[in-house]
Order: sequence, then structure tokens, then C-alpha cells
Amino acid sequence: MTAHSPLAIEANGLVKSFGETLAVDGVDLAVPSNSVYGMLGPNGAGKTTVIRMLATLIRPDAGSARVLGHDIVKEADAVRSAVSLTGQLASVDEDLTGRENLILLGRLLGLKRAAAKERSAELLEAFGLSEAATRLVKNYSGGIRRRLDIAASIVVTPKLMFLDEPTTGLDPRSRNQVWGIIRALVEAGTTILLCTQYLEEADQLADGIAVIDHGKVIAEGTPGQLKASVGSGALHVRLLDPDQRPQAERVLQQGLGDVNLATDPAALWASCSDADRAAETLAELTRVGVRIADFSLDQPSLDEVFLALTGHPAEEVSAGQPNALEEEQTA
Amino acid sequence: MSINPTTQAAPSPAADEAAVRKAISSISRPPKASALSAALTFGWRGMLKVKHVPEQLLDVTITPVMFVLMFTYLFGGAIAGSTGEYLDYILPGILVMSVLFTTVYSGVALNTDLTKGVVDRFRSLPIWRPAPLVGSLLGDSVRYVLAGTVIIVLGVILGYRPGAGIGGAIAALALVVLFSFALSWVFTTLGLLLRSPNAVMNAGFMGIFPLTFLSNVFVDPRTLPPVLEAFVDVNPISILATASRGLMEGNAEAGDIAIVLTVAVALTAVFAPLTTRLYRKG
Repeated sequence: MTAHSPLAIEANGLVKSFGETLAVDGVDLAVPSNSVYGMLGPNGAGKTTVIRMLATLIRPDAGSARVLGHDIVKEADAVRSAVSLTGQLASVDEDLTGRENLILLGRLLGLKRAAAKERSAELLEAFGLSEAATRLVKNYSGGIRRRLDIAASIVVTPKLMFLDEPTTGLDPRSRNQVWGIIRALVEAGTTILLCTQYLEEADQLADGIAVIDHGKVIAEGTPGQLKASVGSGALHVRLLDPDQRPQAERVLQQGLGDVNLATDPAALWASCSDADRAAETLAELTRVGVRIADFSLDQPSLDEVFLALTGHPAEEVSAGQPNALEEEQTA
Repeated sequence: MSINPTTQAAPSPAADEAAVRKAISSISRPPKASALSAALTFGWRGMLKVKHVPEQLLDVTITPVMFVLMFTYLFGGAIAGSTGEYLDYILPGILVMSVLFTTVYSGVALNTDLTKGVVDRFRSLPIWRPAPLVGSLLGDSVRYVLAGTVIIVLGVILGYRPGAGIGGAIAALALVVLFSFALSWVFTTLGLLLRSPNAVMNAGFMGIFPLTFLSNVFVDPRTLPPVLEAFVDVNPISILATASRGLMEGNAEAGDIAIVLTVAVALTAVFAPLTTRLYRKG
């Protein structure tokens, strides 16, 4: 990636509101070609609305955007010809079988009957869906359904793919499979705009990340830069005895600085970028007689990123806008 | 860019990554599907749903069968003097009614589709914009033909003999299906405006039910009070029923058929673009 590589997505001041709710409030994005770009934010932050605008499903109230060089309003058809969309709700037809879904999309994308059948067989095989091929999608498990959804998005390989929370609700094994598929797509030259609530997912996949909150981009950078901005990690400690938490808090305060109390009455954590200091602090806890149930030195979570960037945790955001996601979906 | 899946486990048995890679690179973008091909593909989708959920057809077939039996044997003697005579009068009318009732389901089905993510997928495809709508209605037309055929066959079993023979029955069915295709655009518009499939169903029948009963489908309007008779005479459903009777008996008036076709064209001209616009806006 160089500064001169052409931009796959270039958005300037996108705004969209639904009734009273301002879902997207002036979003700028610059996504380089052949990369994975993550939009990270809690439910209701406006991620899905941004994707729906870029995928030409809804028109922005203000601002403009070009996708692969085409204006999303004036050249919507050209945009649709080059992108594909994998939605938060699995966007396949529940009342058809997996095979029928793939044939349907193949035909709609211009494949001849025989080619569409052949392509569906190839995809079913590659995605491990051969056994499920003749079952109705409404009887699929979450993981199988998500794989079909992604297979449906590459019936004709898109130049750019919108992936809206591709692993939300999946078990770890299915999640790893989806990540593997996403990596394979990137290797083949597809640009991906990935919406996620999970910092780990963005960290695993994305070259660049925009953190979205209340419809605005509040931070932007590589995963490394983002993590550096919140300290490179956090020491989480859970105590055997919740009554010892004030004591533990004092020790952590001395060793590491600001301490945060978790909702679990026996747990607390502090930002920590140095494993040695974490070890010393843990040793100090043991020395003063605080008994530890378990501890971990983690990457910062989305919560911590939000706390560092906005001063409030991610949950508070979604709690403050309970209807925002619903609005996005029904709009 | 350094995306090296260092922690990636051995290829899982469920999704073969090498095969996925091959599948990704083994296809080049074909030319866009034509408008006709896209619409027919959506028609095929409608047929597949009938195949997977055959219960859908029960609504369409059982209700009209019940109406034929009930009206013929329960009311026939009282209304027309004999059940045989009444069957001759009511059968083309029931044909109209049963197919028109089916059109409400087109709006219900569209509304059901909207509540699922699949519509977003369709709307993000580079296809002729009205294709999903036109296609589903083409698919629905097959159901209209089916519902109509059930009624005609039942009538023949009960002793109904169209004066113009099979040709007449087919002509009547064709006219009814054509009108229904046009009318179903009204219900797809409702399907996009209302919030739930149930609301569409209720609103649809609230409109179509009285309109059907305030027509000459069941009784000769000459027996009605003058104000009502005047309304029934200009009700397009009456004119459609009269034209169908005429086609079945071989004495249809060109004027009636022309009015039916004009109304059909007018409904399509207003509601098809309206539906398409609403669908595009999402």
C-alpha cells in the first residue's frame, strides 16, 4: 500500500437521519484498494447505515461518496456492478435451499443456466456446503448460514465487498472459518469494508480502522496505532474474595496507575503496556495477601478503546440510543 | 500488507480454503442479465416457493371451492330458483372472485420479503430495478391460473358447461388473470407502505371484499335498490364478471372487454411505477 494507491472508497461528509435519529453525522472515509478496512463501533453507532449508503441501498441526506471511482448516487448502477453485500441479517432466501440460492444469484448476475449450476456446485463444494445444499436455508445453523451468505456474495467475485458483522453470533470455530475466507478474498484482490463490534476481529483482519461512535468517525489508524492510543493492553485481575477488591485496587494503583472496577464485584483492571510491571504488580498482590482467582494481560477491548477515546464505555453508547439499530434495520 | 494467518489451524473439514481460493479466482464477471432474464429468474423463485411450501396453495384453492359449494347449494335455490341455473350464473363470478382474492397475497409476500435481509441483497444487484417485482407477479400469475383452473374444473364436475367450450373458459381465465396481474400492483404498493404482512392482509381484504360483494358476482343487480345498482353497474369487478360470463358463453361484448383492459392498463400505469419507486427507496 502506498499513498498513491487509488482509493476504493472515498466518502466525504456522509449524513443520514431516520426521523429524529441522526444515524450518520458527517462520516469521511478513505479506503485504499486491495485492503481490509474496518469500521469499529458498538451497536447503533451508524456502521450499517454507512454501508447501506455506500452499497446504494439508501441515499445520503448530505455529503457524497465514490465507490471504485463511481458516484454512489449518480452512478449507482456502476457501483452495484462491482460490489457485493453481506448483511447483518443473513441475506439469503430462507425459503429456498442453499443450492437454489446460489443458482438464483448466478442467474441474476448474468450467468447462463448451465454456468450458474456449475458455479453453485463449485461454491457449495469449496464452502463445505455440499451436504446442506438441498436443505431449506431456514433449517441451517448459524455457521452454515453465514458461509452460504458469503458464498452467495462471491458467486461472481466482487471488486469490493461490504461485510456487515460477519461473525456476530458465531462460535469460535465458525468464526475462524469466516476469517479464513475473508483472508482468501483479500489475497485474490478484493477490497473489503468490514463492520465489526470486535476489536479482535478488526485487529486480525483490517489494515486500517475507523472507530465510529454516534454516527461520527472518532478515531482512525492502523490497529497498532489505535491500540497504542489506549496503551497496548490491560491487566485484568479477578479475586477469590470480592471484599479484598479495595486492597487490590490500591496495589494496582501504585503499580500501574488508573484502575477500573469491573461490573463483576471481584474483578478490576488497569491499563498496562509492560509485561514486567504486570508481573511485579501481581507479585505485590500476593505479597500483601490478596488472593487471585485468575488474571490476564489482554489486548485492549472495544470497551477500553472507547473509554480511552470518548471517556465513556461502549455499552453506555448503545444504552443511550436503544432504537438506533432498530431504525437502521427497518429503514 | 502483512496478513499471514500464523495462528490458522489446519484446514477445517467444513470450508476448504484452497478450494475457496480457487473458487474466488475461477470466475470472471459475465455480461449483465437482461431485464427479461432477471424477471423470469424471480418468477422461477416464486415457483420454487410453491414447491417448498405447497400449503400456500391451499388458501388459494380451498376457499373458492368452499364458496362455489356454499353459494350453489345453500343460496342457489333461493336466489335463482334452481342450483343448476345459479351455477351457470355464479361460476364465472366465483372465478373472478377467487383470483382477485389471491392478488392480496402478492402484497403480503412482498411485505414478508422486506422483513428479511434478502431484499437488500436483491437491491444491491446490478439488475433491471423492477425485476424482483415483475418477476414475483409473473410467478403469482401462475398461481392465479391454478386457482382459476380449480374453479372451472370444479364447475364442470358439478355440471357447469360453458357455452363457448374450453376455448371460452380459457379466454375468460386469461382476461381474469390479466386483470389480476394489474390489480396486484395495488397490493404490492400496500405491501411496501404497511408495516406487517398481517396489516397488508387486513387492508387488502377490507378493500377487495366489499368491492367483490358489491358487484354482480353473486346476484343480478336488477334486484338491488337503485343507488346500489348504479354503483354495482360501474364497479370494474362487475364489468370483469360480465365479460368473463360473456367469454365463457360466447356472447361477450367488446365494450366490456375494452373497459376491463383499460382499467388494467390504468392500474398498472399508476401503481407499477409507484411500487417500483417505493421498492427502490427501501
